[in-house]
Amino acid sequence: MTATDVPISAEGNPIGFGRMHRKEDARFLRGAGKYVDDVTLPGMLHGAILRSPIAHARITSIDTSAAEAHPKVKAVITGQTLEGLGLAWMPTLSQDTQSVLCTDKVRFQGQEVAFVIAEDKYSARDALQLIDVDYEPLDAVVDAKHALDDDAPIVRDDLEGRTDNHIYDWEAGDATKCDEVFRNAEVVVTQEMLYPRVHPAPMETCGSVASMDPISGKLTIWTTTQAPHAHRTLYALVAGLPEHKIQVISPDIGGGFGNKVGIYPGYVCSIVGSIVTGKPVKWMEDRSENLMSTSFARDYHMTGSIAATRDGKIQGLKVDVLADHGAFNGVAQPTKFPAGFFHIFTGSYDYDAAHCNVTAVYTNKAPGGVAYACSFRVTEAVYLVERMVDCLADELGMDPAELRMNNLLKPEQFPYTTPTGWEYDSGDYPRALDEAMRIAGYDELRTEQAEKRRAYEAGESSMLMGIGISFFTEGVGAGPRKHMDILGLGMADGCELRIHPTGKAVVRLSVQSQGQGHETTFAQIISHELGIPPEDIDVVHGDTDNTPFGLGTYGSRSTPVSGAAAAVVARRVKDKSRIIAAAALECSPDDLEWEHGRWFVKGDPDNGKTIQDIAMAAHSSLELPEGVEGHLDATAVYDPPELTYPFGAYICVTDVDAGTGEVKVRRFIAVDDCGPRINPMIVEGQVHGGVADGIGMALMELIAFERDGTNLGGSFMDYLLPTSMECPSYELGETVTPSPHHPLGVKGVGESATVGSPAAVVNSVLDAIGVRAADMPLTPAVVWRAMQGSPLRMDLALE
Amino acid sequence: MQVKMTVNGEEREADVEARMLLVHYLRDELGLTGTHWGCDTSNCGTCTVAVDGQAIKSCTMLAAMAGGRDVETVEGVAVGGELDPVQEGFMREHGLQCGFCTPGMIMTARWLLARDPDPDEATIREAISGNLCRCTGYENIVRAVRWAAEHPEGATDAEEVSA
Amino acid sequence: MAIFTWELWERSRVTLGGDDVQVPETFDYERASNIDDAIALLERHGDEARLIAGGHSLLPMMKLRLAFPEVLIDINDVPDLDHIRIDGDEIAIGAMVRHAAILDSALLAEHYPIFRDAERVIADPLVRNRGTIGGSFCQADPAEDLSAVGAALGGSVVVRSSSGSRTVPMREFHEGPYETKVGDAEILTEVRFPIRNATGSAYEKVERRVGDWAVAAAGAFVQLDGDMIADAGIGLAAVGADHFIVPDAEAALRGKPAIRESFEEAAQLCHDQCSPVTDQRGPEDYKRHLARELVLRALTRATARARGEES
Repeated sequence: MTATDVPISAEGNPIGFGRMHRKEDARFLRGAGKYVDDVTLPGMLHGAILRSPIAHARITSIDTSAAEAHPKVKAVITGQTLEGLGLAWMPTLSQDTQSVLCTDKVRFQGQEVAFVIAEDKYSARDALQLIDVDYEPLDAVVDAKHALDDDAPIVRDDLEGRTDNHIYDWEAGDATKCDEVFRNAEVVVTQEMLYPRVHPAPMETCGSVASMDPISGKLTIWTTTQAPHAHRTLYALVAGLPEHKIQVISPDIGGGFGNKVGIYPGYVCSIVGSIVTGKPVKWMEDRSENLMSTSFARDYHMTGSIAATRDGKIQGLKVDVLADHGAFNGVAQPTKFPAGFFHIFTGSYDYDAAHCNVTAVYTNKAPGGVAYACSFRVTEAVYLVERMVDCLADELGMDPAELRMNNLLKPEQFPYTTPTGWEYDSGDYPRALDEAMRIAGYDELRTEQAEKRRAYEAGESSMLMGIGISFFTEGVGAGPRKHMDILGLGMADGCELRIHPTGKAVVRLSVQSQGQGHETTFAQIISHELGIPPEDIDVVHGDTDNTPFGLGTYGSRSTPVSGAAAAVVARRVKDKSRIIAAAALECSPDDLEWEHGRWFVKGDPDNGKTIQDIAMAAHSSLELPEGVEGHLDATAVYDPPELTYPFGAYICVTDVDAGTGEVKVRRFIAVDDCGPRINPMIVEGQVHGGVADGIGMALMELIAFERDGTNLGGSFMDYLLPTSMECPSYELGETVTPSPHHPLGVKGVGESATVGSPAAVVNSVLDAIGVRAADMPLTPAVVWRAMQGSPLRMDLALE
Repeated sequence: MQVKMTVNGEEREADVEARMLLVHYLRDELGLTGTHWGCDTSNCGTCTVAVDGQAIKSCTMLAAMAGGRDVETVEGVAVGGELDPVQEGFMREHGLQCGFCTPGMIMTARWLLARDPDPDEATIREAISGNLCRCTGYENIVRAVRWAAEHPEGATDAEEVSA
Repeated sequence: MAIFTWELWERSRVTLGGDDVQVPETFDYERASNIDDAIALLERHGDEARLIAGGHSLLPMMKLRLAFPEVLIDINDVPDLDHIRIDGDEIAIGAMVRHAAILDSALLAEHYPIFRDAERVIADPLVRNRGTIGGSFCQADPAEDLSAVGAALGGSVVVRSSSGSRTVPMREFHEGPYETKVGDAEILTEVRFPIRNATGSAYEKVERRVGDWAVAAAGAFVQLDGDMIADAGIGLAAVGADHFIVPDAEAALRGKPAIRESFEEAAQLCHDQCSPVTDQRGPEDYKRHLARELVLRALTRATARARGEES
């Protein structure tokens, strides 16, 4: 069925793929969304966390007596309380442990020290100031580059036998082959670059309402989680609570972006608080807590080297990475991939030699690293390769579009196995780049740029103009369970579909929307398969009591994994419906043909049954063939055979005021290929949001630190998000190369633009000012200093 | 102290501390949770409401300061259950994803259109520059406000709105 | 009368762990119905009381518990403080005039477009609906754009107490960061600027992002006498210029031809004599460079406006 002949339902919706207004909008537009902070239960108490003002210190005493004496305070929990319950430390998603409330020492500024529970949130916060903590300051290790020095303070002395801050080394590719290729190459360009520490900063912060029913022993926890089932299982394993008595509810979530994957100490404290007080306990963090203590993203110090022939044929790419994980290794990614999918850094180009080494270290900073739409470190990988390609173009004096076009993988090379072992499923890369260049008017832009540079050099103007390209391939939809698990839970997801007697349907998902529009797109998938109007399909997600198990939404995996599960389960229903239709029509199932929502007898089109008829028949007293059960429902667990590989070509045009260093993004062209688009309106929205992320990271987002570990990005005054004024009106294009292994051919797109856009913006600015390299964020000061030849390092406080 | 104000056309009252912020008065005392709280430094705008016709950040006003004044929140926008043109524009143009910034955006957009019924793109972008969004990249929000400007009476075609 | 100190504020900007609680301490609330009432309330409660107007400087500090007045006196209902009008040979702006009204004012745009230039880059529209010129002046943040505008234009500030009104020259009003000449039990009621003929004015600001504090900013007016500069004023924000001004730069302009070379000389003096501090917005050398660049641009545009070449 092509896009042009998708039938339209009575309510004007496409019965299948197409542009459709979202069902979930009805409540959001009226302010009737239900986010965690909107949850109110009888007798509910409020928790607040006391956090360390110092990055590294021994705690010599904690005196909570004054707080406990506050008339509105019900309880104060400390690390000591939790120790008694075996909960002072909890496992992270990376085989490490993380402190819930400090027992020995604090290891980052903002770390959780105590939890106050009071009648209202103002009193809870008042009581924080009544807790007296004695800190014995220790030297802090803040600069990752010095984390492995002999005299570096040891962050994790809680770990047996730990004598340094080294977490792991990990490598991929062929070092020997690389060495040989680089030794013989005509051109080698080496460049250091930092992908600085940034933060997903969703508009809704993290929080939970935990309610332990003392009679039934059931724990219900409303929480900002992108992975409710994973949380439930983890609480069962870690807290020893019986899993069937834990209900995790992810209500409406105000943005996730990877910030809401892990379990934060606040959630655990709210659970313990509820157990201790016998009442529901709400904990909602404020923005500074969110920025200072929850999962940051990136912080990769990378040194890349690219080898090529003098006429621009890439022959090899290698990179060394120093990964700053903060005080605990809390990153979320499949177990066998401690550096996530970083080894997809080889990018979209055709060459054989590649190698990477990632060294991860502890520092006295908040834990994290995998977040903010990174697709498990693909953001870092794409930034590295796309910046290296531009550095190579600069070295060769070659146009960066031409250099890319000469090296992009060709369609006939797919499926393509990269030098580091990824199997890209499908793609027509040159076509996407061509399309982006066409939309941009690339040649005209270069002409305009040349004229502007002439005027600048003649002293007629202070304005320069830059054109930056980024071509990305990412691997999403984790993943095949034999290779990919998180804490031992395989990354296969379930789906359940039930058609009611009157032909309406309910589909239950394991993935969890935080704004991606699942209530609409998953209805459209079922619509596409079964011909039931999307308004007749209810999508249920987010409540572990009501949905099948799965690993949740992140890494752009919803449509690749759960979308596939939905298609599979719909097809199982369709297969069953055929049998029931045949029984109702008194013919053989082989005599039937399908026409969107209806089985009919071949050659006798008026003689048929709609899916609605069949649903009623399935629940009726109709005699069914041997072995066929009644009702019309099915379940599926989809184990993806492979990742999917969306890709895109982005072009960014910037205007730079050379007199001040200010950058304005004039245009952003984004051509994406995520396979067929279930709801193009929603896909475009995802791309818009991701491009804004890239503008933010490229130009203004940064969490920097003082040398004593004081966090300099702890509020929206300092952690700057782009506003409507910094973002241009985006120009989108598409190409469609379906994934050969996905039931719907779709690839996922949620993170594509965040992955691909930063390099386009950075390349554009550097192209404008004629400087080979400078690190994000390219604030006016950074740009100006880069032009003076005295670049700034921004991740540590300027002095 | 007793703090009384008109909220969405209704007289409301609650006994609160003087330090209670208007955003918490609306959410926690009056149960109007459509107005959100997203930052600590008056930057994000998810708390935007209208006080005496002006769009303001309710996290940076005390409930007491709004005493005796006319407050409008997102819950008061749809009249008789019918979406107003701004809300309809947001739905038609996909101007929302997670919905958290949306009430604030709607209140700011209504304030803008009340003073400038036909704003161009630059004017819209400037008007909403105090409302942060992390999902949409602002593109469709701008289109939503333009739609509302072009359809001050709502949809003119016969297409049913699934809302 | 400061209920907090510069040191506390600086420390809070970098240390948000520990004491950061995000809701104010308790206090009593009073609403003044007129100016005498407000003054009386200030007198009654002494230095434990603060006035609150727009609240967008004070409330954020109270949430961080850097300011903890025991009594807040709400002056939003006080009448007769929201005018922008010509009063004799001056423009008088009432202390309660909101940033939004300054931005929209046709009168100010006609005489001193520097106000519109500055307001466009102050905070965001919602904050501008609340914040007042009086509040901004009294906050006396060293990066406050309106303070730099006021310093550039000169003029005076009217302060009232129970014993009547007094006038303070604009350039003496700010005593230091967060310190002004407003004493206990006094209220800033009005800001006044001389009306000048043959004058153009402009404001130039560099910020990392819309709504941010300035990395550096400069405002200027130029009054022409033919092709010569009869008078000029320069105000600098966020670069540590004492009282927001560099008098030597202004002196260097008076009587000079209104050409680029003259502006460059003044801009260089600003570059040399301001005292910017390195912080996350930028290093000192960059801010000095901006002082020069932005003064140059402000003077150039102000002159173009004085000549009617630009609006």
